Amino acid sequence: MLKIRDLEKTFNPGTVNAKTALSGFDLTLNDGDFVTVIGGNGAGKSTMLNAIAGVWKPDYGTIEIDGVDVTNMPEHKRAKFLGRVFQDPMKGTSPDMEIAENLSIAARRGDKRKLVWGCSRKEKEGYRDLLAQLGLGLEDRLSTKVGLLSGGQRQAVTLLMATLKKPKILLLDEHTAALDPKTAAKVLEITNKLVTENNLTTLMITHNMHDAIEYGNRLIMMHEGHVVVDVSGEEKKKLTIDQLLSLFETASGSRFTSDKVMLSK
Amino acid sequence: MAFLNALPGAIAEGLIWGLMAIGVYISYKILDIADLTVDGSICTGACVCAVLINAGVPAWGSILIAFLAGAAAGVITGLLHAALGIPSILAGILTQLMLYSVNLAILGGRSLATLTPGTSKLLHMSNNPLAILAAGLIIIAVIIILWLFFYTEVGLTLKSTGDNPDMSRAQGINVKLNKVLGLAISNGIVALSGSLLAQYKGSANINDGRGAIVIGLAAIFIGLSVSMKIKPNLVVSLVGVIGGGIVYYVIYNFVVLLGLKTDYLKMFSAIIVAVFLAAPYLKSMYFTKKKPVRAQTASARTDEGGDGNA
Repeated sequence: MLKIRDLEKTFNPGTVNAKTALSGFDLTLNDGDFVTVIGGNGAGKSTMLNAIAGVWKPDYGTIEIDGVDVTNMPEHKRAKFLGRVFQDPMKGTSPDMEIAENLSIAARRGDKRKLVWGCSRKEKEGYRDLLAQLGLGLEDRLSTKVGLLSGGQRQAVTLLMATLKKPKILLLDEHTAALDPKTAAKVLEITNKLVTENNLTTLMITHNMHDAIEYGNRLIMMHEGHVVVDVSGEEKKKLTIDQLLSLFETASGSRFTSDKVMLSK
Repeated sequence: MAFLNALPGAIAEGLIWGLMAIGVYISYKILDIADLTVDGSICTGACVCAVLINAGVPAWGSILIAFLAGAAAGVITGLLHAALGIPSILAGILTQLMLYSVNLAILGGRSLATLTPGTSKLLHMSNNPLAILAAGLIIIAVIIILWLFFYTEVGLTLKSTGDNPDMSRAQGINVKLNKVLGLAISNGIVALSGSLLAQYKGSANINDGRGAIVIGLAAIFIGLSVSMKIKPNLVVSLVGVIGGGIVYYVIYNFVVLLGLKTDYLKMFSAIIVAVFLAAPYLKSMYFTKKKPVRAQTASARTDEGGDGNA
């Protein structure tokens, strides 16, 4: 499904600000894997997700999705394989366009766009049902500009957009981090529902250790640009936060440092 | 009385410049690019039209070719920006400079082309009511086509490209290609208005269009200040922009009649636009000073949410 080999990326190479964000990063995802990703500050979590999405090209290494080498494929072409939700709730939706228009754009991800009606009435009815499933009362606000929604609502709409056309891989970049705890829980619940119902292969970065353990069938921990802990199945189900921290310390030879993770512990 | 006599002319000219402002609206408001190509492409439209009409090409054919010439100019700016990575504002300036030479070449090295009397024209200042009708019909056609276009699959992606490029790329939209397409449409419409201007005035001058972007922005700001209060959708906005063009030219004529030297008119236009551009900024400054407590909590919240993008 997803095969990443020996990925490396250094930002600002050759300057005092040079930062190696990924080095020797290997990861293979199987069909239907729901992987939670945790790691300290600057461990390379977001960099890894952006590499898969094609925001920029890696310095070395290859990325293969569904048997296709996408390492040099531009971001917009790669989008046909991927559903993405960003940390910033403003980033995933077009604020000046209606909810229905945003969804209609997402429904055509990977298709050639033509000079035909972009959002038909019949299509809107389908969106109404999908929005109703979110339980946020958005089904009656199809013509509302997305910019008028709250952060949580926008994130829920983005989730729907990311999964409307079933992606090969769903990439979630701390997508609840900017939300208040109650909304974050709601969005996470919607996430879990969409992922399990559609059996989506998912990579979810989170700073919340409870969530990392509770959700998904596999957990990876990153440190200095590569995977240091990788647990799945029964072993993951029985995991506790303290075990996780000691696993990390043994594997990386250092203490786990992330203010955000520690605060949420 | 003199003002009332000048009114039909002001309206006709306002319609033509309003059409140009619709072109600017597409780049400035929809694509979120301040495209300075328009100062050159409106002149290209005028020059192409004048030369073709003098060569015996029918007026409607001339304005269509003028549209295509403007669209080509937009493509150049789009490629300089999207394919070669030049900041959009500089890409526009470069194309504008290129167009000065191109326009001189079109005019055969002269700075002025006068339309031969008796050639076919859609509109002329000698008959203002007819000019208003002709310009009005063309504008209605342009607005209907744009309205339909911006609800197609391609049109929606053009809107999202300007509104949120990150989201657009994530949804598989070729943002670079869309910018080229949008700039082509924008400058095509600008050149179309230039071709109407040449017919209306009966001539094309190499200096036509200097400061056009400023007039376009003025028309947009004046128009949107009213139309956004009515209904913030595309058609109402475009009609508002046309209205803005007319209001601009009525004021312009009024000021001229009051005796302001025409030498100062560009200064006058620039000040209007500067005021509109500065207003939102000054407003925010004013509110920050007035409610410091609220401003502080807002900034604290941003600090909290801002980190953690490891």
